[in-house]
Amino acid sequence: MKIGKSYNLWGWVFISLALIALTLFILYPIIYSLYLSTFSTRGFLKTFVGFGNYKRLFQDRNFLLSLKNISIIFVVQIPIMLFLALIYAFLLNDPKLKFKGFFRTALFLPAVTSLVAYTILFKMMFSTDGLVNNILLAIGIIKQPIRWLLDPFWAKVTLIIAMTWRWTGYNMMFYLAGLQNIPNEIYEAAEIDGANRRVQFFKITIPLLKPIILFTTIMSTIGTLQLFDEPMNLAAGVVTGSSVGPGNSLLTPSVYIYNVCFKYVPNFGYASAISYVIVLIAAILSLIQFKVVGERR
Amino acid sequence: MRRKLVYTFIYIFLSISAFISIFPFYWMIVGSTNASVDIIKGKITFGTKFIENFKNLIETFGLGQVLLNSLEVSIFVVIGSLIVSSLAGYGFEIYKSKSRNRVYAVVLWTLMIPPAALMVPLFRLMNVFNLIDSLWGVILPMIPSVFLIFFFRQNFQQYPKEIIMAARVDGASELRIFFSIVMPSMKATYAAAAIYAFMTSWNAYLWPLVIIQSSEKRTMTLFISNLASGYNPDFGVVMTGVVVATLPMIIVFFALQRYFVQGVLGSVKQ
Repeated sequence: MKIGKSYNLWGWVFISLALIALTLFILYPIIYSLYLSTFSTRGFLKTFVGFGNYKRLFQDRNFLLSLKNISIIFVVQIPIMLFLALIYAFLLNDPKLKFKGFFRTALFLPAVTSLVAYTILFKMMFSTDGLVNNILLAIGIIKQPIRWLLDPFWAKVTLIIAMTWRWTGYNMMFYLAGLQNIPNEIYEAAEIDGANRRVQFFKITIPLLKPIILFTTIMSTIGTLQLFDEPMNLAAGVVTGSSVGPGNSLLTPSVYIYNVCFKYVPNFGYASAISYVIVLIAAILSLIQFKVVGERR
Repeated sequence: MRRKLVYTFIYIFLSISAFISIFPFYWMIVGSTNASVDIIKGKITFGTKFIENFKNLIETFGLGQVLLNSLEVSIFVVIGSLIVSSLAGYGFEIYKSKSRNRVYAVVLWTLMIPPAALMVPLFRLMNVFNLIDSLWGVILPMIPSVFLIFFFRQNFQQYPKEIIMAARVDGASELRIFFSIVMPSMKATYAAAAIYAFMTSWNAYLWPLVIIQSSEKRTMTLFISNLASGYNPDFGVVMTGVVVATLPMIIVFFALQRYFVQGVLGSVKQ
């Protein structure tokens, strides 16, 4: 449809409100923080440092640690969660399965909770004298209570368990929606040809869901880079001092940015530089994922 | 025989998974009816302390004001972002042009930016508007939602263009077509979008944490986060707080399941 001049004007009218709001609350902050990232700011003092903040980043142990922390989540949590979600979707897509609605609702329910609320819940469950330890002790899996939130390794395990609980069902729904586009006849034909469930899963489901798997992987990657509510609330009040989780094991880039701005002596310029590096990492990772999956949509 | 075995295994696997998914909800509801000491001791049956915990939340911790604050934030964010994003989604989709598509690409790109990265400039902007420590300071930046613009555009794609053409022939103005013809026929889309906006604003944590300073202005997430992060929190009270924070979402979920899933998943067409 070719549009005339007056319709073109109407197009701008319709998007004007959004453009004003986006410029004010997203575009202006992005540009301003690029400018700010070339300064070192201490309260009202502002000194131009050029690329100084970016150079400083690569020697900042806390920043590097925060990157290491989220890369563990990236490598361990995302694959576990997406693989589980795929399996659930595959099983629930079986037309012969009973109680499908119940299972689907139950598995999706965690996605209803707010990030703060479920984190608090998990923090209580995983306290050293808490429910999870009591159960594990009672059935004899462990002899000593695990110091979930007091040990750097276990603190990360807790975070990974919590995030997997919250997001697996959410991702499952994407796959279920995608599976609806795959005709059941394909599975029936495969069954007649003698393909068992495992073969069906790896040879039919995963290849056909590739674009959606890519989408969920990118969303999860961006989500991991932005991780804030969970580490903040898991760490709150457990360890004293400025450490985020034991030995800063729950320090993420977003939490670090927040702390640089509002907890330590505020250095807005440096925080902006961190933000820019994170945006860059997000862009690069998304690009790599596109390339790896090899499908541009 | 083998087939039966496979199904038995599948049902066991799914049942355990469903149990793990649901159990924390059960534990939270049971916890809200127990005293702190009992929860720590590991009691997982219903108690009688709910009223006490709830009263404590209201009288000692000021839950009432917190609920009002969160409600105010959510209502204005829902109304604001529905109007702004649906107008924009419609504008991008119905009046397609090269330049607007470029703008749209830039808009989508901003989804990648971590909200924490925008905090500093936004904080300074709010300072200029004199909105630090006010609910409007929380509300305004949450109104433009890139995700909802995207969501509305996707849904307007399905809208039959012939209807718009016919209305134009009849002499209806562009705004009138949108407000009295298109909008009323897209109730499901608006419902899903409203749920999405309600959920993100009700659950927002980072931005309120930055902008709100006084305790009378706290929203629900700040409130329960504060409750839980004290040195020796009262578990019963915390659990009751978590229940109050989660309940609206659960109710919305079960009442409007179909829209809810659509709203949460966004563009994926069912």
